[in-house]
Amino acid sequence: MKIKLFYFARLKEALKYSTEDLDLPDEPLTVLKLKAHLAKRGDVWGQMLMGKLKVRAAINHELVDDNAAINNGDEVAFFPPVTGG
Amino acid sequence: MTVRVQTEDFDVGFEINQLRKARKDIGAVVSFMGLVRDLNDGDAVSQLTLEHYPGMTEKSLASIINQAKARWSITDALIVHRVGTLQPSDQIVLVLVSGAHRGEAFAACEFMMDYLKTEAPFWKKEVTQLGERWVEAKLTDDDARGRWVK
Repeated sequence: MKIKLFYFARLKEALKYSTEDLDLPDEPLTVLKLKAHLAKRGDVWGQMLMGKLKVRAAINHELVDDNAAINNGDEVAFFPPVTGG
Repeated sequence: MTVRVQTEDFDVGFEINQLRKARKDIGAVVSFMGLVRDLNDGDAVSQLTLEHYPGMTEKSLASIINQAKARWSITDALIVHRVGTLQPSDQIVLVLVSGAHRGEAFAACEFMMDYLKTEAPFWKKEVTQLGERWVEAKLTDDDARGRWVK
């Protein structure tokens, strides 16, 4: 399964990534599973995605929760709570 | 409906005229404008930078207008939000709502700002005398949004 990932704001700075393409095994994937998978990359990944920081996620530009399913071709984004306006 | 995300400044008078155009059924236009303050959490702010998620931002703002239109009897609405680097007193965001009567337009405008604050993917980073820092989301904004949940 191929997905495109985006990171914003504090996450983008800490992870030093703004976007990446991921190729994952064809198994059922949720936002939480993806976060756990990325957290295995090491310290800062675990801290930013599975730590105390509140992280919100979007799939194909829609806000979703941790249980949302991710499918082949999806665009997934991780970011802190929004602060516009 | 108009949704714009831009680095350029905006002119409230011009935007109101555009929203009204030649219509004669509009009895009320409500506007909200958000500005950069020179103080946040007790620290002097010298600069603000706004980041957003191109693509999602526009969809999110359009969805907020559509939800307001479904809920209140309003004629039209506009959201303009600036991104990039801003200075204290600069205009950040403009929400306009037109309608036959003020009551529905006021409610729709407040609803749209409360949803924008909690759902539209913008992030603020400010420069203070202590250095750069990301602005933290406020629980009071979640509360403000919560009051619209039926």
